[in-house]
Amino acid sequence: MNLAVETFDLNRTFKLKKAKNKGENGNNNGKLIALENANIKIHQGELFGLLGPNGAGKTTLIKILATLLLPTSGTGLVDGIDVVKYPEKVRKKINMVSGGEHCGYGILTVRETLWMFSQFYGIATKVAHRRIDELLKILKMEEFAKTKIGKLSTGLRQKLNFMRGFVCDPKIMFLDEPTLGLDVQIARDVRIYIRTWMKENPERTVLLTTHYMAEADELCDRVAIIDKGRVLVCDSPQNLKKSLAGEAVFYIEIPLSVNGMEKFGQIPGVKQFAYEHKSHLGRTELKFILEEESAISNVTESLSGNGSKIISLSKMEPSLEDVFVALVGRGLKNEN
Amino acid sequence: MKIDLKTNIKAIIARSYVRIVAANREPSWWFTETLLPILSTAAYVYVYKALNAPEEYTGFVILGGTMSAYWIHVLWSMAAQFYWEKEIGNLELYMIAPISRMSILLGMASGGMFLATTRAVFIFLVGSLIFKVDFAIISLPKLFAVFVLTLVGLYGLGMLFSSLFMLYGREAWHGVTLLQEPVHLMSGFFFPVRNLGFAVALGASLIPMTLGLDAMRQLAFKTGAKSGFISADVEIAALVGLCVLFLVVSKYALEYMEKLGKKEGRLTLRWQ
Repeated sequence: MNLAVETFDLNRTFKLKKAKNKGENGNNNGKLIALENANIKIHQGELFGLLGPNGAGKTTLIKILATLLLPTSGTGLVDGIDVVKYPEKVRKKINMVSGGEHCGYGILTVRETLWMFSQFYGIATKVAHRRIDELLKILKMEEFAKTKIGKLSTGLRQKLNFMRGFVCDPKIMFLDEPTLGLDVQIARDVRIYIRTWMKENPERTVLLTTHYMAEADELCDRVAIIDKGRVLVCDSPQNLKKSLAGEAVFYIEIPLSVNGMEKFGQIPGVKQFAYEHKSHLGRTELKFILEEESAISNVTESLSGNGSKIISLSKMEPSLEDVFVALVGRGLKNEN
Repeated sequence: MKIDLKTNIKAIIARSYVRIVAANREPSWWFTETLLPILSTAAYVYVYKALNAPEEYTGFVILGGTMSAYWIHVLWSMAAQFYWEKEIGNLELYMIAPISRMSILLGMASGGMFLATTRAVFIFLVGSLIFKVDFAIISLPKLFAVFVLTLVGLYGLGMLFSSLFMLYGREAWHGVTLLQEPVHLMSGFFFPVRNLGFAVALGASLIPMTLGLDAMRQLAFKTGAKSGFISADVEIAALVGLCVLFLVVSKYALEYMEKLGKKEGRLTLRWQ
């Protein structure tokens, strides 16, 4: 099968303005290691997810592949073309949408903006307008076609930016957190469109970065989990979840408790532990991955001994987030 | 790199479209871009009238006020533009597009010339009518050639600045502010530049506006030739040289800054 994207020991280090002490986040002698020996292979026609917390290196990888950033070392191929040696050839095959970003100029209308960006890819005006009509219809933006983008809401401007990426119909699409900050309905429209777009042509490939595990689970054929610049594992969501099949995953809610959480990871039988404070609900959500189900009694005893009242306790099927917790020993939202 | 001419022409047209549309879509811009310059130009006219300066000086001021519309536009909508493009997220979209970056700059420049011309023509007509400027055009083809060459040279300079400022944040903003008023003085926007002395005028001639204004004064007013710094023909030749120089250097500057930005990771770095 043809490879749409392939990387060989890709590294990227950033110089920091002020040298800081050696730390855990690859921050070493004034340098930040954003990507470390990243090796991935994405097949043509695949919807590939890159999962990881903020600062994991996802955007750095996409920027290198999109020819916006040079790697410190290593090689990146897009559709078999070296991104460093032949960036102009790579650009004919790709486009990129970054979530939370806007595009264009406030004075142009939605239609004019999409037309303008289509021209940078040499698309005939007639074809561009046909595609724009389709996109406006599918993404429910028809009524805003003649609206100046300066007057659009933030969500609609993000939706416009998403359409901008697809109007030139690239062979390989890089989607960097495409649903970041979007409301539930717009995010749903976006996910549906991605799936539809992929189905229309088997040669199309998507590299999607996200820290929404459910989104990756729903959309991706395969995912790679990345943390601190390293690719930790790469497989289908089903296989990754199967890797936790022998283990038990429990969610426990206790009243908001900020201090002394780390000790729960030391409870006998606990393989991995993560937590998330939900201040707005006055609760802390604990996630335990146990070596075996019977270890839950140790957990409840420890919580009781700690004076924490259990609000709810539920056993869950393993999710991709659980895979992440099992691999790196923390959740996506807590950076401990 | 093999240039796809058709795509690049489309890109130039598309990028210029933004400015062509902008010329009329926001009526409030007309107020700040025409009425305010007319007021500052009028102030110089009244200064000359109070001093009983020769009548031509009123024309010099109107000409300077007209050309000032281009200079302001070159500074704020060309030189500082890539800084803004980076802040609003467009720069990285231009950088991943399969086009020459010069097409974006050429689109910005050509659209910008159109936009600034709508303002300049308004200032010129209103100023000429109110103050009854007496033109005595010596050679219309030469005058037109000087005008076009001045614009090409100016926008070429704007493209060069735009490339250099691409990687900078607030420094670009301050750089543009620093250039605005000194150039108004050094280029002789409202008086014949020879009054600054030969050496200063020669140094200021690196800005195409200096030579352009001086040549236009010589070619459009009865006593203009007497106030010229060097002959209009020499200025035309120098303007041709400046046009070529700025366009070529801006291309290489753009390539260099892009490479540097990709290496240092600053091409898409915001809030600097």
